[in-house]
Amino acid sequence: MRRVVITGAGTVNALAMDVAGTIAAMKAGRSGIGPLAFQDVDRLTVRIGAQIKGYAPEAHFNRQQIALFDRFTQFALLAAREAIGQAGLAFSGALADRSGVVLGNSGGGLGTLDDNYRTVYAEGKNRVHPFVVPKLMNNAAASQVSMAWNLRGPSFTVASACASSNHAMGQAMAMIRSGLAEVMVTGGSEAMLCFGGIKAWEGLRVMSKDGCRPFSLGRNGMVQGEGAAIFVFEDYDHARARGAEILAEVAGFSMTADASDIVMPSRQGAARAIAGAMRDARLNPSDVGYINAHGTGTAANDKTECAAVADVFGPDADQVMISSTKSMHGHVIGGTGAVELIAVLMALREGVIAPTIGYEEPDPECSLDVVPNEAREAAVTAVLSNAFAFGGLNAVLALTKAP
Amino acid sequence: MAKDDIAARIVEIVAEQAVLEPGDVKLDQTLADLGIDSLGLVEAIFAIEESFDISVPFNANEPSESDFDISSVGAIVAAVSGLVTDQKG
Repeated sequence: MRRVVITGAGTVNALAMDVAGTIAAMKAGRSGIGPLAFQDVDRLTVRIGAQIKGYAPEAHFNRQQIALFDRFTQFALLAAREAIGQAGLAFSGALADRSGVVLGNSGGGLGTLDDNYRTVYAEGKNRVHPFVVPKLMNNAAASQVSMAWNLRGPSFTVASACASSNHAMGQAMAMIRSGLAEVMVTGGSEAMLCFGGIKAWEGLRVMSKDGCRPFSLGRNGMVQGEGAAIFVFEDYDHARARGAEILAEVAGFSMTADASDIVMPSRQGAARAIAGAMRDARLNPSDVGYINAHGTGTAANDKTECAAVADVFGPDADQVMISSTKSMHGHVIGGTGAVELIAVLMALREGVIAPTIGYEEPDPECSLDVVPNEAREAAVTAVLSNAFAFGGLNAVLALTKAP
Repeated sequence: MAKDDIAARIVEIVAEQAVLEPGDVKLDQTLADLGIDSLGLVEAIFAIEESFDISVPFNANEPSESDFDISSVGAIVAAVSGLVTDQKG
């Protein structure tokens, strides 16, 4: 079976506009969460989020591009530029035909939808911009990335709510493993911080009004973020033959469905996904040094996730570190697994475990080592990254140090 | 609004969630007795807010710590009566 490695990484999120800045913020335990700023925010009851402050599309794209690129597409393009630049790949000829792009998102061009619904419903206009559809469609980001870098192989978009980007990266890995592709640009993006986006989430009453405190007693919900992270996945032999710097190996992947409840997570479904990824990567519990948690900061997710880890790891659960970086960059929904993979790369490459910030008090139902509040130096060789979506769709990646 | 009217409307809302006739809902029953799960509860609170034009302080992450008492149908009636008085004068 072909091996899959990562040769490029890029991100934009509330912590920073690149990987280096994001890693610096994670090491410092800095929060990107603050007051939200957008039209009609005063009509919301939840008014905090990890918004990319000071973002100006004009600084990155021309007028014609902005007319076609929703915010989630812009984020994906910026992150892809960094990732593909680091990989040092140019796509032409046979390589272009054997390289594709699979991205995850959940809301697509939700901001575009929100703006244009406002135009026709609230403002009573009967005409909208001609590019609304190509701007809001969920595959717009993947398509624009394929066009920008001439990626002509297998390309599509995955939507599985909060697991979208983990599912996308799992697909990318499987395609390279199976020989369907040589290089895959993969990850995810989300830009749901608009009036309609948050208003819909308010309805479920799972959002915190004051902060994201994963695993901490008294946590009261999730806080949304926005952004993207994109990676270049590459066949190991291909990467080695061209002398590329290898950031990590994507060693295993597993996906499961709870098949039980549309919003409540299942301990068994999560545990099966965690165990499956370890089996796929041929890892024992004692091999895994760090788990980047789904860790949403809701009462239900965090205790279920800890129970699932305890089930799979048994006595080794006390040794593994598990942290939720959502406490810093917020819950980036369909892009969250991708943004969180930056913390995974930091752990493997720099030996620094990102903290769970905002941690106040231990919760007996989350009694694992959650790396509270301060980053920790620790050499790890194998890590997991969890994503457990609404709808009970779970996707877990296993990564190991570069071979 | 009279408390009896509030009680009658809440019983209707709860009955709809439980797929029962309003006459089969008793004020001393809990939502669990009536087979209403967390999603049903959130939907019922939405219906209450819409019916009475009030805002109900309830976070699904900490139902026991919310100011809104949901321990029984009667408790919900009392809590909503208080909110109607506070918010609608």
